[in-house]
Amino acid sequence: MTSHLPLHLKRLESEAIEIIREVAAEFRNPVMLYSIGKDSSVMLHATMKAFFPGKPPFPLLHVDTTWKFRDMIKFRDERVHALGLDLIVHVNKEGLERGINPINSGSSLHTQVMKTEALKQVLELHGFDAALGGARRDEEKSRAKERIFSFRGANHVWDPRNQRPELWKLFNTKIRQGQSMRVFPLSNWTELDVWQYILFEEIPVVPLYFSAVRPVVRRSETLIMVDDDRLPLDPGEVPERRRVRFRTLGCYPLTGAIESEAGSVAEIVSEMRAVRTSERQGRLIDSDDAASMERKKREGYF
Amino acid sequence: MAMIAEAVPVDAAAVGQPGLLRVLICGSVDDGKSTLIGRLLYDSQRIFDDQLTALQSDSRTFGTTGDQYDFALLMDGLEAEREQNITIDVGYRYFSTARRSFIVADAPGHEQFTRNMATGASNAELAVVLVDARKGLLPQTRRHSIICWLLGIRHIVLAINKIDMIGYDQSIFERIVAEYSAFASRLNFSSIVSIPVSARDGDNVMASSRKTGWYDGATLLGCLETIDVEFGEAVKPLRFPVQWVNRPNADFRGFSGTIASGQVRRGDPIVVAHSGVLSSVSHIVTANGEIEKAGAGEAVTLTLADEIDIARGDLLVKPHQRPDVADQFAAHVIWMGNNPLLPSRSYLMRVGTRWVPATVTLIKHKLDIEHLEPLAARSLALNDIGFCNLSTAAPIAFDAYSDNRQTGAFILVDRYTDQTVAAGMIDFPLRRAANIHPELLLVDKTSRAVAMHQQPCILWFTGLSGSGKSTIAKVIEARLHAAGYHTYLLDGDNLRHGLNRDLGFTDADRVENIRRIAEVARLFVDAGVITLCAFISPFRAERAMMRELVEQGEFIELFVDTPIEECVRRDPKGLYAKALSGSLKNFTGIDSNYEVPEKPEIILSTMNHSVDQLADQVIHWMKESGHIA
Ligand SMILES: Nc1nc2c(ncn2[C@@H]2O[C@H](COP(=O)(O)OP(=O)(O)O)[C@@H](O)[C@H]2O)c(=O)[nH]1
Repeated sequence: MTSHLPLHLKRLESEAIEIIREVAAEFRNPVMLYSIGKDSSVMLHATMKAFFPGKPPFPLLHVDTTWKFRDMIKFRDERVHALGLDLIVHVNKEGLERGINPINSGSSLHTQVMKTEALKQVLELHGFDAALGGARRDEEKSRAKERIFSFRGANHVWDPRNQRPELWKLFNTKIRQGQSMRVFPLSNWTELDVWQYILFEEIPVVPLYFSAVRPVVRRSETLIMVDDDRLPLDPGEVPERRRVRFRTLGCYPLTGAIESEAGSVAEIVSEMRAVRTSERQGRLIDSDDAASMERKKREGYF
Repeated sequence: MAMIAEAVPVDAAAVGQPGLLRVLICGSVDDGKSTLIGRLLYDSQRIFDDQLTALQSDSRTFGTTGDQYDFALLMDGLEAEREQNITIDVGYRYFSTARRSFIVADAPGHEQFTRNMATGASNAELAVVLVDARKGLLPQTRRHSIICWLLGIRHIVLAINKIDMIGYDQSIFERIVAEYSAFASRLNFSSIVSIPVSARDGDNVMASSRKTGWYDGATLLGCLETIDVEFGEAVKPLRFPVQWVNRPNADFRGFSGTIASGQVRRGDPIVVAHSGVLSSVSHIVTANGEIEKAGAGEAVTLTLADEIDIARGDLLVKPHQRPDVADQFAAHVIWMGNNPLLPSRSYLMRVGTRWVPATVTLIKHKLDIEHLEPLAARSLALNDIGFCNLSTAAPIAFDAYSDNRQTGAFILVDRYTDQTVAAGMIDFPLRRAANIHPELLLVDKTSRAVAMHQQPCILWFTGLSGSGKSTIAKVIEARLHAAGYHTYLLDGDNLRHGLNRDLGFTDADRVENIRRIAEVARLFVDAGVITLCAFISPFRAERAMMRELVEQGEFIELFVDTPIEECVRRDPKGLYAKALSGSLKNFTGIDSNYEVPEKPEIILSTMNHSVDQLADQVIHWMKESGHIA
């Protein structure tokens, strides 16, 4: 099967495997952030390859905001079970107790407390010194300059001005107590590369990526899926049934659907080639304000 | 302007083309780099509608291009980034056409350019050197080309930009091309393709321009799509750096890594470069099944026919194509640290998958990268390029960088800040490790120590001038001697006036001073003696180096903790008075730094203890830790 891979995907795959092995070899206690989306699925696939015939020598970690699509959680549990892996699920309990949620607290605070803070909590709780993540540089402006091995100082802070130069494949993995590394093996992949790879390698992904008739409401130009009865409807608002799918997956009240007929990976790839909007358009987190992603990242967001 | 490329369908491998090309775009500020990258992304449809809408309004507000899109604005060159000062950093962009995918390294040409250029160039296979047609070659054009060459890029596209602003004049184009060829003749690039372009209007970027009828060569994109950058890695000797030992159960022991160059087949004989131990490949394991052969760039796992000792950091090669194995070699070093390079200081070197302590033993010269001339130098500052001799704590296996960019490259990391402070390209070994296998001495350290009925060690006293190091050390030596131990005290008096009398007090000389002392102390320990050393030794790096020279437990760091105010008050030799009046330069604690030990074995607080109490404390510690009976 690998032999069917177009050469550029093969090179990207080898690069990802090399980076993932590097993390296993150089860090005391690494972990892999598994966010259930397509990028995580690709990263997990490359990870399984990296350590074959063994298993990955680190656990997976999912930071659950309790607002993920139900299909995501189901998919997560099935995958982890099928692959026989260790999964740590972490919820920010204090956040829950404070009643933080994406609907009343606003996307910004919700993300801050239930994702960023939650991630720091669990990394500290287990003393993880390196965390693999599926972020790509082409996703978003401030990522274009981020390193593959991205150093985090005390408190998980990213200092974009003071990054270590990254030459050849000679990654500088040195850290000390209290510091950590975020590592992005898919840095050089584009969204289209990810889908093509999923196609060639037949990687399972959450069904929400495929078009289906789903109940949605329109909120300021964005189609939000009514995934459960926690989403309050305005008086007289009735969910419409539309043929939609998702380009990115996150907390359901913060993730916009797109109208699409693409029902298979092959159809997604063709759709992707014609697509004229950027991936992040459907994410409500980013549009809160212009420099929002940059700021979140400095605070320790993945 | 027709400029629509189809976005990546075909299986590129099927057309026999490398599927992925890594490109570096460089040129002087304002030559049009951002505009060109924006243009390439736009023409290959990598700019989405939501981004274009934003660009359109930005172009009207901030742009310099009238009603057209100002692509320069796309490249994050937005105020936000300038304010944050990360324009001086390398960024990466992605686009693809039907024939190839491209990773474009965008290394803005501001200050710190050498560091960024080198970073961007380290993984690039081809460089586009932009020139503003109105200005011709600038110093920056030459510097960038030289760095590309040093970093091993062999293919250059000379894009002569803003051709619209010189009326598409062929003679100007040809003059610049001739000038560049003359300059580049010293750099033996494999290919230089020159193209007249207008990044702003798109002429000869993706589509051939009618306005340059005199030019019948390829467009820029056409050239990037088709140029053969010799993926020669496959015909080079096999180099397989072991990255990870895969041992899921007792029956399987595989060596995982990415093939740096060459090919490996099942059954091939293989040798571990360092140890010379031989075996052969029994399986090439991948998650998609076992394969017969694998080549450069592939991430695989090898199992071998014999149970031999192999660990991360080893390099597997073929017996008839061995790399150099040496602990001293000459290399070009690009300094990237904010503090200057200090010869003799110990840094951590990463070469392949291996980390090893290393020092620069000699800076032969510094390179003037505008004219490629050697200059005399005693140290390297940020962005300097030097030709140096290096020495590693253990032999490493490598190739010359010009033969192999993977196995000939290294980085140096500062041991205290953990920053990457240098990138290096190895030129040649200075003496082969094979010739320096240490003589096997019949009488060794253990036998000497046994004869003396003691366990040798180093008591290393560090602290400010006047803190009390020598006084305390002398009392301790007297006590040990009285108890029948063989001791020796090394201090400024017996070393500064003899062995080290050629050294002054600059940072570089201080480092060398301590290095020599460390070597002497090591010989004393080897002779079996309990060695006391009393030196200010202000830098952590040198104390760490000393610790590494001897075996674990043999180095005992004692921090003589006296506040500077107290030292100034005591001032036994009148030195602080001189330093404070400015007549004595580089004095520790006044105008030269003292780095407090992070984890000394013993802290001696002189403020509230007498010398005898402190000596008791040390003797007690030595008994507790088993150094003396
Ligand atoms: N007329 C003309 N102007 C150009 C061309 N390429 C770039 N420019 C302009 O030159 C200026 C500097 O370009 P920019 O891309 O920011 O240069 P950089 O500093 O190398 O990134 C901008 O005002 C561009 O619009 C070109 O081909 N023709």
